[in-house]
Amino acid sequence: MPTEPSPAATDARAAVAAALRDVPHVPGAPKPDPVLIADDVRRMFGGVNAVDVDHVEVQRGAITALIGPNGAGKTTFFNLLTGFDKPNSGKWTFDGRSLGGVAAARVARAGMVRTFQLTKALNRMTVMENMRLGATAQPGENLFAALVPAVWRPREKAITEQAEELLARFKLDTKRDDFAGSLSGGQRKLLEMARALMAKPQMIMLDEPMAGVNPALTQSLLGHIQALRDDGMTVLFVEHDMHMVRHISDWVIVMTEGRIVAEGPPESVMNNPAVIDAYLGAHHDTDLGDDALLDDAVLEQLRTEDEEAR
Amino acid sequence: MRSAVLDPGGTTTPPLARRIAALLLLALTSITLLLVATPARAQGPVASATAACVADAATGCIVGTLRTAAGEPVVGAVLDVVGPAGDLTATSDATGRWSVAVTEAGEYEVTLDVATIPAGETLRDPANNPRTVAVALGASQAALFPLGAPAGGGGGGDTGDEPSDSPTTDAEGGAAVPETPGSTGSGVTAARVAQLTVNGLVFGTLLALASVGLSLIYGTTGLSNFAHGEQVSLGGILAYVGTQLVGLPLIPSAIIAVALGAATGWLQDAGLWKPLRRRGVGMIQQMIVTIGLSMAISYVFQFFFGAGPLRIVTDTPTSVSIGPVRITTTTLWSLAIAAIVLGGVAFFLLGTRAGRATRAVADNPALAAASGISVNGMIRIVWTLGAGLAALGGVLIGLYFGATSWYSGGALLLLMFAAVTLGGLGAAFGALAGSIVIGLVVELSSLWIPTDMRYASALVILILVLLVRPQGILGRATRVG
Amino acid sequence: MDWTRILTNVAGEFFAPTTAAYALAAIGLNIHFGLTGLLNMGQAGFMLLGAYGFAIATIAGWPLWAAVLIAIAAATIFALILGIPTLKLRGDYLAIVTIAAAEIVRLVGRSTALTELTGASSGLRGNQYKDTFQDASPFDDGTWALGPFEYAVNASNSWWIRIVGWVVVALACLLVWLLIRSPWGRVLKGIREDEDAVRSLGKNVYSYKMQALVLGGVIGSLAGILYVLPRAVQPDSMGRSMTFFIWTILLLGGAATVFGPVLGSIIFWAVLAIVKLTLRDVVPTTILRSEQIEQFGWIIVGVALMVLIIFRPQGILGDKKELAINAH
Repeated sequence: MPTEPSPAATDARAAVAAALRDVPHVPGAPKPDPVLIADDVRRMFGGVNAVDVDHVEVQRGAITALIGPNGAGKTTFFNLLTGFDKPNSGKWTFDGRSLGGVAAARVARAGMVRTFQLTKALNRMTVMENMRLGATAQPGENLFAALVPAVWRPREKAITEQAEELLARFKLDTKRDDFAGSLSGGQRKLLEMARALMAKPQMIMLDEPMAGVNPALTQSLLGHIQALRDDGMTVLFVEHDMHMVRHISDWVIVMTEGRIVAEGPPESVMNNPAVIDAYLGAHHDTDLGDDALLDDAVLEQLRTEDEEAR
Repeated sequence: MRSAVLDPGGTTTPPLARRIAALLLLALTSITLLLVATPARAQGPVASATAACVADAATGCIVGTLRTAAGEPVVGAVLDVVGPAGDLTATSDATGRWSVAVTEAGEYEVTLDVATIPAGETLRDPANNPRTVAVALGASQAALFPLGAPAGGGGGGDTGDEPSDSPTTDAEGGAAVPETPGSTGSGVTAARVAQLTVNGLVFGTLLALASVGLSLIYGTTGLSNFAHGEQVSLGGILAYVGTQLVGLPLIPSAIIAVALGAATGWLQDAGLWKPLRRRGVGMIQQMIVTIGLSMAISYVFQFFFGAGPLRIVTDTPTSVSIGPVRITTTTLWSLAIAAIVLGGVAFFLLGTRAGRATRAVADNPALAAASGISVNGMIRIVWTLGAGLAALGGVLIGLYFGATSWYSGGALLLLMFAAVTLGGLGAAFGALAGSIVIGLVVELSSLWIPTDMRYASALVILILVLLVRPQGILGRATRVG
Repeated sequence: MDWTRILTNVAGEFFAPTTAAYALAAIGLNIHFGLTGLLNMGQAGFMLLGAYGFAIATIAGWPLWAAVLIAIAAATIFALILGIPTLKLRGDYLAIVTIAAAEIVRLVGRSTALTELTGASSGLRGNQYKDTFQDASPFDDGTWALGPFEYAVNASNSWWIRIVGWVVVALACLLVWLLIRSPWGRVLKGIREDEDAVRSLGKNVYSYKMQALVLGGVIGSLAGILYVLPRAVQPDSMGRSMTFFIWTILLLGGAATVFGPVLGSIIFWAVLAIVKLTLRDVVPTTILRSEQIEQFGWIIVGVALMVLIIFRPQGILGDKKELAINAH
């Protein structure tokens, strides 16, 4: 699935590639300009180490992919970093600030905003309301200020303008006043990403942004992710589809059984025998998607259960 | 990895199941020990709830008999006595009689808790409640509260007030919370602690019959069933209908009550819950449905059977003394039945295919369905079993307290929730352990706090548990997010 | 059958103090459940606390405003105590804890240990605490008649309490109207939909839920004062059933709407009055005793609650597309 990168993207990509050229291709390799540094992060579930990461660094301004087979602990690691789960031990810093044990909302305010594997568009709110909710520094979100519209109207106007720009960029402007629940799966992914950008984060963390998105929209999603890097944002995303990863990422971190087993630029990681061994296991000939190993009917059922559970 | 699945609740895993089985065994052993300990026959029948007061040189008695306007004895009415000997409580027995033993002479203020007299009954002279009596040691002093239409006009009420338009028949008070043997008196004595501990174990075991069903239903369907209390009341009321209205002996009518109770569980799932699940009605909506159902059923009971206590058996039970502890033979039999049934449930859950399937459904319905288990079939079994257990609990609790009523289950609902939460929501054996803890807390707390606040102590425990260990004492921490 | 009398009585329910009190309590619950998705099953506990706070402070000789502040403070503390352990947990935990906490308030209030303070199960008589409220009335004593409705101006079940009650209800509606349209209300709505999403956007979900719990609880405590002013503080009449009536009212009118609670309360009490008065007139007492008519009314309420939540969870005024009955 070839993407034709824009010249600007090529420049940014080249710059990042240059910065990462001398980084050794080993797990936990130090980066020249890390924005996120994590140490000794562990999370146990019923005696099993779901996450057991000794050291990892994420380069500023790069697109880093976190890949690994089903159950490797990618999403759990994501949840830990973003404050949605508490580790048994470990510490990490984001842009020099320690964020270990910090609540999810404060992590987001620190500039690290995430999306979810199962899209969390707020279905019974309109697309515009979703976007406005993503904005920061709205004084009207204070109970008392909320009672005096004059206090928050000006900021609301600015927020709405910002939202309209983003919606136009993500081609959702025509859906402005529709309920988010009426959007297609792919559009909801886009909305969630656009909403995350309302907060103008330094780093955006995308949990399987391509899952459940049709191929046509995948192209534009990939383009948007690259555009984020070109704007100078750091992107960390979880993915299982190697093809996607190869096309857009600058750096790849491979997790299996909770540990980081390999790191490197996409081309070299793909050929790393340790990765092929650990990642593919006995399934050399199957697609690398998590879901490929599960029967479709079961998968569908699990999805519905998930929906019902929330 | 698919980690964003909310675990439906602390469900049993094999090691946990073993741990709980051990706990269960412990509980069963203690009950059995209680049963085999050679019971010393007590001296003849004893008036049910309160041991009658005998005045002697160091004891004075305050006594009375409560009868309705129609002359029927009032059972289970609560009286508070405050005076030099402290704060005491009495409950009227099957013949309407009550008595309080005091160890100091002086003036005592006696208050009849009007919430505990049958609905529709009023004090003939409301101004005379509370009333003050002078008590001398070695003598009995009567304190009478005649019921009936107020004598003369007025009656000293607050005539300026609009009559309350709230459900006045709503005897949510202590009506269905009669005292248990030995809970009167005050002070921490070894004998009293022993008696209250036994009371607590008994109450907890009977409560467990009701809570296990609540927990199983929660575990398999995720539904917090607020109408479970009414299933308990139903058992008691059906037994009352059998013995008192149809004239059957106790045992057959209890069996019929349990069978019919189980049948209502089956019917409820078939007629209400399964269609709701199929419609995709959300869990919270279903929970609110159970609230409406609870309200409707409890008032249906009240509509047909009134708000007063309903006595399943009218003859006074025989008690036996084991050391300092007094217990009725009916209660001993109830305990034996409860132990056997709970053991049966444990065997069903751990040892049979259907039981394992039930636990599998509770663990992960999608996976259970994928491995060929009929989820709806299991849920039906759980509803039937849960309602049957609740009905049995209702019968035995009705016998234990001397009477059942439209609200006897409703009054226990929050204690059941406390037990279930304590044990870990959805963990059936947790509910058993939780019930016994709650039973003990309720009874033993009356050593330190006023008897009429003892149910509150269990609810405080509930809140504290959620504060420090939301997964319950036996539940396991679940993954969220 | 005397239809004029029945219709007059029913119309009287439209603006009765009880209707206003229940509407206000439902507005508080609407902030919890309708706006935020919090399952507060103990609204009667907030009301009872408010009633006790107000009555006990007044009996102790405090002025009207101070007694009201005590009621508000009691509700605030109660909300904090309930919220701290439960707002981080799943929604049904809050339901169980609030229902248990309301029960604790009632059990403690009716305990004989506190007879001097709360009057135990017989409660506090209205005459003991309603003077400061009646004295605050700017009108002269007497009676006013408006068509068939004739009430005392100030005493007990008065015009004065109707005026104050409905003004407070109107102010609460205005508050909810302002909040629903504000960014604050938007955050609550987001929380009701999916609190993790809102958390991921940097909002302190816990703090917002707490604010909603306190605000709705305080409104509940004011409703409690309003409820007991024309009668007495009776702990047993402010138990679980009262909470369930408030839920029925909210779901009847429409959760997450501004006027749903008011409409719900009016319809609830008017329909109950019609049913009871008609039955009383039509059915001889040999068939249905008067307390059975009461019970029949409550059976209808229970069934109505079930039918509503299954078939029309958005109520009369709500929009199904906008209302999600989710728990948090």
